[in-house]
Amino acid sequence: MGAQHGTTKHSAASDEARLAARGVTVGYGGRTVIDGLDVTVPSGLITTIIGPNGCGKSTLLRTLTRLLKPASGAVVLDGEDIAGLRTRDVAKKLGLLPQAPVAPEGLTVADLVARGRHPHQSWLRQWSSDDASVVERALAMTGVSELADRPVDSLSGGQRQRVWISMTLAQGTDLLLLDEPTTYLDLAHAIDVLDLVDDLHESGRTVVMVLHDLNLATRYSDNLVVMRAGSILAQGHPRDVITAELLHEAFGLNAKVIDDPVGDRPLIVPIGRTHVQLN
Amino acid sequence: MNGTDVKRPVVPGVRLGSMSFVWRPWLVSVTVLLAGATFLVFCVSIGVGDFPIGVPRVVATIFGHGEQVDEFVIMDLRMPRALAGLLVGLALGVSGALTQSIARNPLASPDILGITGGAGVVAVFLVTASGGAAAAVVSTVGLSAAALAGGLGAGLLVYFLAWRRGIDGFRLILIGISVTAVTEALTTWLLATADIRDVARAQAWLVGSLDNRSWDEVRVVFWCSLVLLAVVTAAAFQFRPLHLGDEVAAGLGVRFSRVRAVLLLCAVLLAAAAVSAAGPVPFVALVAPQVAMRLARHPTPPLVASGLVGALLLLGADLVARAALPITLPVGVVTAAIGGPFLVYLLVRSNLRQ
Repeated sequence: MGAQHGTTKHSAASDEARLAARGVTVGYGGRTVIDGLDVTVPSGLITTIIGPNGCGKSTLLRTLTRLLKPASGAVVLDGEDIAGLRTRDVAKKLGLLPQAPVAPEGLTVADLVARGRHPHQSWLRQWSSDDASVVERALAMTGVSELADRPVDSLSGGQRQRVWISMTLAQGTDLLLLDEPTTYLDLAHAIDVLDLVDDLHESGRTVVMVLHDLNLATRYSDNLVVMRAGSILAQGHPRDVITAELLHEAFGLNAKVIDDPVGDRPLIVPIGRTHVQLN
Repeated sequence: MNGTDVKRPVVPGVRLGSMSFVWRPWLVSVTVLLAGATFLVFCVSIGVGDFPIGVPRVVATIFGHGEQVDEFVIMDLRMPRALAGLLVGLALGVSGALTQSIARNPLASPDILGITGGAGVVAVFLVTASGGAAAAVVSTVGLSAAALAGGLGAGLLVYFLAWRRGIDGFRLILIGISVTAVTEALTTWLLATADIRDVARAQAWLVGSLDNRSWDEVRVVFWCSLVLLAVVTAAAFQFRPLHLGDEVAAGLGVRFSRVRAVLLLCAVLLAAAAVSAAGPVPFVALVAPQVAMRLARHPTPPLVASGLVGALLLLGADLVARAALPITLPVGVVTAAIGGPFLVYLLVRSNLRQ
């Protein structure tokens, strides 16, 4: 469908943020993971949260989706505290794909994607013609229409992730939050999934995701949120944020940052102890 | 995006007035067939006995057009037993479907979650205890109600012990197995130290049986099942996304811990009510949802079909136990003997297909 766009054109909606965290403190049990953090999700962009293991990036994403309740502070969605909204109303505005979801064995692609309509249904209206057309569009947009009758567990990892993203799309929200959508995928499939995420962004959606791979995050994001130990170290366009100093500070990683030979973003070349010829 | 060419919809729907559902012809046909088969076995079960009555006469009598003799034999003598079988099977099947779905594990049945064990230990204690207090309990609330309380107590204990910022399927099963082991040890200890005549009565209860059911026992399980099945039906819609995991369900707008707590409580109560009426009939709750899933070719245990398979299994087993075997056996022995091999057959068949 969409050709690769070198530079992302910022959509008109970007000046108004729909989702933001205001001074949130979150933890598990007695342990505080995030302490008084502020972040705003710019509309119409792809925002990616990166940071070392255990820095709280998934925790932040889960807090933004209301899976975790902050001990203090608030997450604001369209000007309202998300904690005060009905779960169902949140689900109509904000789609969430958790890390490595598992479908019951034998569930077909069409049935899984159809579940995405749940927030729009009720006991009596469990399936309308609207639902049918939205699901068909979601299947087409993620390129899995041909797989509709196949069981999800019979698909490859990359296809499976497309199907899950398709389910989130069927939810019909402009805001998509994806927790490590490329986990367990080989590089080719990871690129495939991220190209799909970029297509969704091009069609006007706001995406927030957590990624492990720094070069993929740099390539595909308009806005990077770099975290360390529960707070934000830097935030902004990858061209402005990714520097050798920041990588050292955030990850303790020695790296050289060069120009991406095929893109307009920086490229991170890690420097380990061995196999390195520095001149 | 591209033009909509007319073709078969990916997910066909069906409308009934203002209601609309996803159209699943296979599931609906299997469920209707199961309901028909259950009703047939129910009628045959009523007809069989020292005074045999044909199925058409049984049907006529149930719908109020029978002769007086038939009416007495059927409605007063045989109906309680058959109805108890139907309801106990239904309750166990639905209970098993709920627990297996909640734990996302086919091993999670009321037998394993401590409910059966808890009911058993209370019943055996009351039967074998010689003290006046035990006799007083039995005479005031009845053995069935006391067993129901025992099952409920053990089920809730497992639930609260397994609770740790939510319910995890494996934890639920492990704690269920531990609690069941403790109740079984207590039961064995009670039986080992009790008077031999009481032991025989307790053993008969422990196997699970529909013998000598009266309207009083049926009434308890009838009202419990009716109320609980209504709650389950109302909550079933919110329950569906839980099959995809807690976080996905939450993303789809389901308050999963509340929905799950309500349905798990329903499952515990249904199983406890069933055990109180017929004793701990083994295997029905474990096998019925799995059989229903495979017959209906559904990825998750279908609630209605699971209940019907449970009823069919229990009524069929009771029929076999009474009529087909040279000696009369308690129904619990037969459910295990029929249900186990049938599940293995379904598993092997699906392996061969792949």
